[in-house]
Amino acid sequence: MLLRIVRSVVGLLLLVQASMACAVLNIEIIGAGEHQIPVSIVPLGGDEKLAQTINDVVTGDLQRSGLFRLVDPTGKSPHELAEVSYPDWQVRGAEALAIGTVAVQTNNRIEARFRLLDVVKQTELIGQAVSASGDQARAIGHRIADLIYEKLTGDKGVFSTRIAYVNRQGQKFRLIVADSDGYNEQVVLAHSEPIMSPSWSPDGSHLAYVSFETGHAAVFVQSLYTNQRMVVADFRGSNSAPAWSPDGKQLAVVLTRDGSSQIYLMRPDGSGIRRITFSGAIDTEPNFSPDGQHLLFTSDRGGSAQIYRMQIDGGPEQRLTFGEGNNFSPRHSPDGKNFVFAHLVSGKFYVAVQDFQTGQMSLLTEGGWEKKPSFAPNGKIILFASEARGRGILATVSSDGRVKQHMFTQSGDAREPVWGPNF
Amino acid sequence: MKKLVISVVLVNLLAACASEKPKETVVAPPPKQFTREVVATPAPPPPAPVVDPLNDPASILAKRSVYYPFDVAAVQDADKPAVEAHARYLGEHANRKVRLEGNCDERGSNEYNLGLGQRRADGVKKMLELGGAKSGQAESVSYGEEKPKASGHNETAWAQNRRTDLIYAK
Repeated sequence: MLLRIVRSVVGLLLLVQASMACAVLNIEIIGAGEHQIPVSIVPLGGDEKLAQTINDVVTGDLQRSGLFRLVDPTGKSPHELAEVSYPDWQVRGAEALAIGTVAVQTNNRIEARFRLLDVVKQTELIGQAVSASGDQARAIGHRIADLIYEKLTGDKGVFSTRIAYVNRQGQKFRLIVADSDGYNEQVVLAHSEPIMSPSWSPDGSHLAYVSFETGHAAVFVQSLYTNQRMVVADFRGSNSAPAWSPDGKQLAVVLTRDGSSQIYLMRPDGSGIRRITFSGAIDTEPNFSPDGQHLLFTSDRGGSAQIYRMQIDGGPEQRLTFGEGNNFSPRHSPDGKNFVFAHLVSGKFYVAVQDFQTGQMSLLTEGGWEKKPSFAPNGKIILFASEARGRGILATVSSDGRVKQHMFTQSGDAREPVWGPNF
Repeated sequence: MKKLVISVVLVNLLAACASEKPKETVVAPPPKQFTREVVATPAPPPPAPVVDPLNDPASILAKRSVYYPFDVAAVQDADKPAVEAHARYLGEHANRKVRLEGNCDERGSNEYNLGLGQRRADGVKKMLELGGAKSGQAESVSYGEEKPKASGHNETAWAQNRRTDLIYAK
C-alpha cells in the first residue's frame, strides 16, 4: 500500500513538468445515495494551512461520492486517540470519526498521521501515515479520502486517480490531465487544431489521442512523465479512436487507409499493424474487455449506429443494442459485467448502461447533450461530457443513477473526458 | 473633418515613428473634367484574356460546398452538377489539386462523425475521379464534428455543418 502511494505521488510530481494551469472549479451535487454513512472529519492538528487544504479535499471527496453524511465536528477537536471521548460522537450521530495531525518534515515532505475510528464499536479502523512532497497537500487529502471510503464502503476509492479531457476555447484546443475532482490541471498538449479521444495506458504512464496537427486526424502516444510523443498512425484519410489493451501491449485504432473506417490492432509504437474488421461500414470506438478477449465497438453496418461486440481473434460479431435511437461510445465496466454508452433518441443524448447477461438497458441521466461516458476504476461512478448554461462541462453520475455532479471548469468547453486507471 | 485630418496626420506620424517608413504625401484627387463624347467606330476587341473558370464567380465552379441530409454521405442530386463540373475542370487542369474536407453535425459521437465525414469526402473524391480527375489530384480528409461552421443545437446550424468543402491548393 505504502509503495503504491509513493509511486503515485512520484507520478504526480513528474507531471508538474507540464505547464501548469490553475483552475477554480465550481462543483454542483445533485441527489444523494440511499444509505449515507454518518462520518465526522475533524480538521487535522498541526500545520493549520495544510490541515485546512487536506480537510477541504477529504470532505469534498466524501460528499461528492453521495455515500456519506458529514457530521459537523464543531466544538470538539481531538487529534490523538487519548483525546477522543466516544460518547461525544455517538450523541452527534456519527458512526465513524477521522482524526490526526499533519506536519512538514525536515526534508520538506508533508506527513499526515491519521486514524479512522468506529464510534459505535469504539475501535480503531485505520491508523496510517500518508506522506507526499511539499506541494502535494491535495494528494494527501485524496489518499485519506480513499482510505476512509474503502474502509467504510468496502469498494476501492478513486479519489487519487486522474482524469483526462479536452478543453476547447474558440480555436484553441488543450489536452488536460487533472485530479479526479478536476483540480490540479496539467496541460499535456495545446494546439490550434482539434484534439480528441484521449485514452489512458493501463499503467497511467501514457495517453494515446487524436490530433489534427498534421492536417488530418492522426494517432499520437505521449508519455506523461517525459512529455515525449510519437505519431503511431498517420495514414491517408483518418486515423483515430485509440484504445489500449488491458496488458498495455496493443492499441486498437480506426483507420480509413483501406476504405471506410475499420478497426486495426497494432503495438503502441505503431508496428505490427493488422486489420480485424472487414465490414465496409463505419466500425469505430473499439474498447477492450477487462480480460482482453473482446472488443466493443460502434458500427452502422445495420443501417444506423449501434453497439457490437467481437472476439479479438476474429470470432462472430454480435449486435448488442436494438430498438429506437442510435448508440455510440461503448465502454466496459471494470468487472466486465455491463457497458456504458451514449444513447441518442429524439434529439437527446443519455448516458445508458446495459447488462451483458440480460441485455437490459437502463438510462442513468435525464438526457441532454451527454456524451463519452467512462467508468471510474471502481465501477461506482461514470464520468461524461455534458452541457450546462451553454457550456461544455464534465459531469458524473453514480452507477446506480442516484448521485450526479457537474464540474464547471474556469473557461471554455470541456469535452472528451476519460477516467484514468488506478496505479 | 478637421479632426479626421489631424488624426490622419497623427497616424502617419506614429507610423513613421514606428517603422521609419518614408512619409506619404496625401494628394487631393484632380477635379473631374468634362469631356466631349466622340462616337467612333469601335476598335477591334482585344483577344479575350485566358480566365481560369475557377476564378469566375458566375461559374458553377464557384460552388465549393456539398450539403447532406442527416447521417447520409451520398452526394445529393442538387449538388451533382457542381461536383461533375469540378471533375471536368480537374481533368482539364492536371496541375490543380483539391482538398476535400468532410464535416458533420454534432448528432453522433465525434469518432462516428469522423468516419461519416471521411465517407462524405471520399464520396466526393470518387465522383471527381469518375468524372475526369486523375488519382492524386484530390485528397479527402474529415473533421467530423470538430470544426462546426455554425453553432447551436438546431437544424439550421446542423444543415450548414453537414458538408464537404472543396478547397483548391493555391
